[in-house]
Amino acid sequence: MTNEEIKEYISSIAPAATFDETGEWLNVLLEPAQLKPAMAALRTGMMQMNYLFCLTCIDFKTHLTMVYHLSATTHRQSIVIKSNLNREQAVIETVCDIWRTAEFLEREVFEMFGVDFTNHPDLRKLILEEDFKGYPLRKDFEDPINMIKL
Amino acid sequence: MYNQTEIIKDTSELGAEGELVINMGPQHPATHGVLHLVVTLNGETIKKIEPHLGYIHRSIEKMCESLTYRQFIYVTSRMDYLSSHINNLGCALLVEKGMAIEVPDRAKYVRVILSELTRIASHELWLGAMAMDLGAFTPFFYAFREREMITDIMEDTCGARLTMNYIVPGGLMYDIHPDFQKKVKAFITQFKSKVNEYEDLVTNNVIFQSRTKGVGILSAEDAISYGCTGPVARASGVSCDIRKIYPYEVYDKVEFDEVLETAGDSFARYMVRVKEMNQSIRIIEQLIDNIPEGDFVGKTKNVLKLPKGEFYTRVETARGELGVFVVSEGGTTPHRIKFRSPGFSNLSVLNHIAAGSKIGDLMASMGTLDLVIPDIDR
Amino acid sequence: MFSLEGITTNVQDWLFMKFNPTLALAIECVIVILLAISLFAILGLVLVLMERKVAAHIQIRLGPNRVGPGGMFQTVADTLKLIMKEGLVPDMADKFLFNLAPFVVMMVGMLLLAPIAFAKNFQIWDINIGVLYISSVSSLSVIGILMAGWASNNKYSLLGAMRSGAQIVSYELSAGFAVLTIVVLTGSLQLSEIVNAQQNGWWIFKGHIPAVIAFVLYIIAVTAETNRAPFDLAEAESELTAGFHTEYSGMRFALFFLAEYINIFIVCAIGATLFFGGWMPLHIGNWEAFNHIMDYIPSSVWFMGKTFFLIFLIMWFRWTFPRLRVDQLLNLEWKYLLPISLFNLLLVAVIAILGWHF
Repeated sequence: MTNEEIKEYISSIAPAATFDETGEWLNVLLEPAQLKPAMAALRTGMMQMNYLFCLTCIDFKTHLTMVYHLSATTHRQSIVIKSNLNREQAVIETVCDIWRTAEFLEREVFEMFGVDFTNHPDLRKLILEEDFKGYPLRKDFEDPINMIKL
Repeated sequence: MYNQTEIIKDTSELGAEGELVINMGPQHPATHGVLHLVVTLNGETIKKIEPHLGYIHRSIEKMCESLTYRQFIYVTSRMDYLSSHINNLGCALLVEKGMAIEVPDRAKYVRVILSELTRIASHELWLGAMAMDLGAFTPFFYAFREREMITDIMEDTCGARLTMNYIVPGGLMYDIHPDFQKKVKAFITQFKSKVNEYEDLVTNNVIFQSRTKGVGILSAEDAISYGCTGPVARASGVSCDIRKIYPYEVYDKVEFDEVLETAGDSFARYMVRVKEMNQSIRIIEQLIDNIPEGDFVGKTKNVLKLPKGEFYTRVETARGELGVFVVSEGGTTPHRIKFRSPGFSNLSVLNHIAAGSKIGDLMASMGTLDLVIPDIDR
Repeated sequence: MFSLEGITTNVQDWLFMKFNPTLALAIECVIVILLAISLFAILGLVLVLMERKVAAHIQIRLGPNRVGPGGMFQTVADTLKLIMKEGLVPDMADKFLFNLAPFVVMMVGMLLLAPIAFAKNFQIWDINIGVLYISSVSSLSVIGILMAGWASNNKYSLLGAMRSGAQIVSYELSAGFAVLTIVVLTGSLQLSEIVNAQQNGWWIFKGHIPAVIAFVLYIIAVTAETNRAPFDLAEAESELTAGFHTEYSGMRFALFFLAEYINIFIVCAIGATLFFGGWMPLHIGNWEAFNHIMDYIPSSVWFMGKTFFLIFLIMWFRWTFPRLRVDQLLNLEWKYLLPISLFNLLLVAVIAILGWHF
């Protein structure tokens, strides 16, 4: 499958998607509201993207970006799905019913970046203690006690 | 004196009728580190396993954001400390890819040989620890006999036995020890003559087989869906060896087989790792006599700056696919770095494969997932 | 020739000469108690060292080799450390039962010493229902373990104790049936009678294949009964940390530890008595010269040699096999060992009635 075909296919399921081909893989930027149906289509439709190998979030100081690295064990083509979120109110729908691995990865992003995943079955802190305040991997995180500044 | 019935009344409020909640870990002989599992039991049968992580969370990803591209490699030795060399390799590959640094062939060969030695050492330790989980103490010492030879080789060449820190972007930190080839060959001879002892002691043991066969079955679909990689996924028949699919360094020049089993149970995971050790030996045998002469490190700038953009590399560690994802803003330090650690995904499958089985089965399932807790917590 | 029998007779004669019969008996009792306790202590030290040396040999390492020549005093040092250690009682534990449990387990071991014939005519109490006594008293040790597991108020301990209960009650059956085969062959429950019946050959040789089967069953069952690997589910350390003695420390833990080794010694001593002729030397048919040479070895050496051979066997198991799972453990007993032992007993009964044994 060439990038053009993939672009065409993704445009058909999410018309507002924008593309970026500068990196190693095709990057697709989706609106948060479109993400879930597009992901479901990628998993079940023509692409059969059954392997979510990396799910993370990036803090760009102006906004948060959710990054999903998708691949398939059949054709081994990887694409990167991105979605920009508002820093103050970061809400996106969960994909853990599509890929089970997302359950733990989203819990990690939830506590590290403060992204709220709607419909997540068990959205609790996984690594940090229950009463931890703040989101450590955000760029503006300050810890008055343990912070080491370089 | 306390009244016993009162005490039991207290604890029974924690779970529903007939449920017993026990905290396995953070200090427990079978969790091999500080993994904390909250296990809900009904008698001996496990109803639910809930991992609580973070006891060894050092926020390596945050630390790396303030380290330069030369420095951050060495923090990753502390993630999966059993395949620290391969972690370093993954990070170095990313920097080399991002900056298009040429790596001399000599460095590539040595990197691959050391990666495979690391893999064998890791699997040896796993073999001993897993047999110990099942109650057999002796295989541990047999496995360590061979592992000791590898750590000696590492000590000679890298200067460290566990966290090697031998790789720099562009090659190796210094040249290999003059005895390196001789010692590796001695190790191969020793390993080949002793590997049948594992077969006698562990593989062919009736109790071992009955403890692992049909225990913790993971189907191929679930393995992919849970993001399992490495021996865990290969035991379920999922082809996922990064060395085969996306060959790095000189893996495309050597002949080896991707070990696949289909049963997906603990015994299959065990067999995959044992066979993988033999494949690693095969790779080393092909490379050890052909290490090219020349430089061990390529020419690099003193200050490394990755161009603006996103970079992703993956390597096959002893536990599976390690992905390194770096977002660069063009500076000397990464803007954001994410390690897709194999242990994290492999752990997430634990509840799926062990719920409904006995406590003893949990040890077999957890043992064959080969969890390294610093790799999970990062 | 050196014999323990001579010493005991001399001591008894001297006591009865010096004191009136009641007092002499009382002094004898005290001597026996002291001997039993010192035997306990010595056995504990020797067996722990032996276990560590056997384990080390199997695991291609050296084992203890620092304290004393060849590490001989390692266990003495360990015991000293355990005595000095604070015996911690958990806050929410049932303190009475918690403290009682190790002593119950110990006491069972002590009681079991009574009918064992250590050498020719050297026995504390030659009770005429010796075998019955042993099988009934040995099953009491489960009470101590259940007590420890319950009183600790720890979930791991409780799980371990429940496992142990199920295990000991089950394997008691096989052990009992294995012992019964020898009782059927001998026609007596008295241990001295059983030993004497092996004058012309040990039961393991005389009793044909059923005796061998019974011996194998016995070894498996007693390994399980003493909670030794591969049947150490009660203290399965990778599953239940330390099982029923998780909360025990210091001397109370040492008592459990000691009791385990004493129990091994006792079951092996009984095994040696039943199947290998106890203190009886190895006699082969009518090879008079050979039999005479064998007779020159003291009977106590024969007994200890056989017992320690069986102990070595059980240690060998421990350091070779992985642990069974709890359902496999019960399956093994109820689905395999019990039917086999029932059938075996029937076979032995036929052999005994028809007089096919030698």
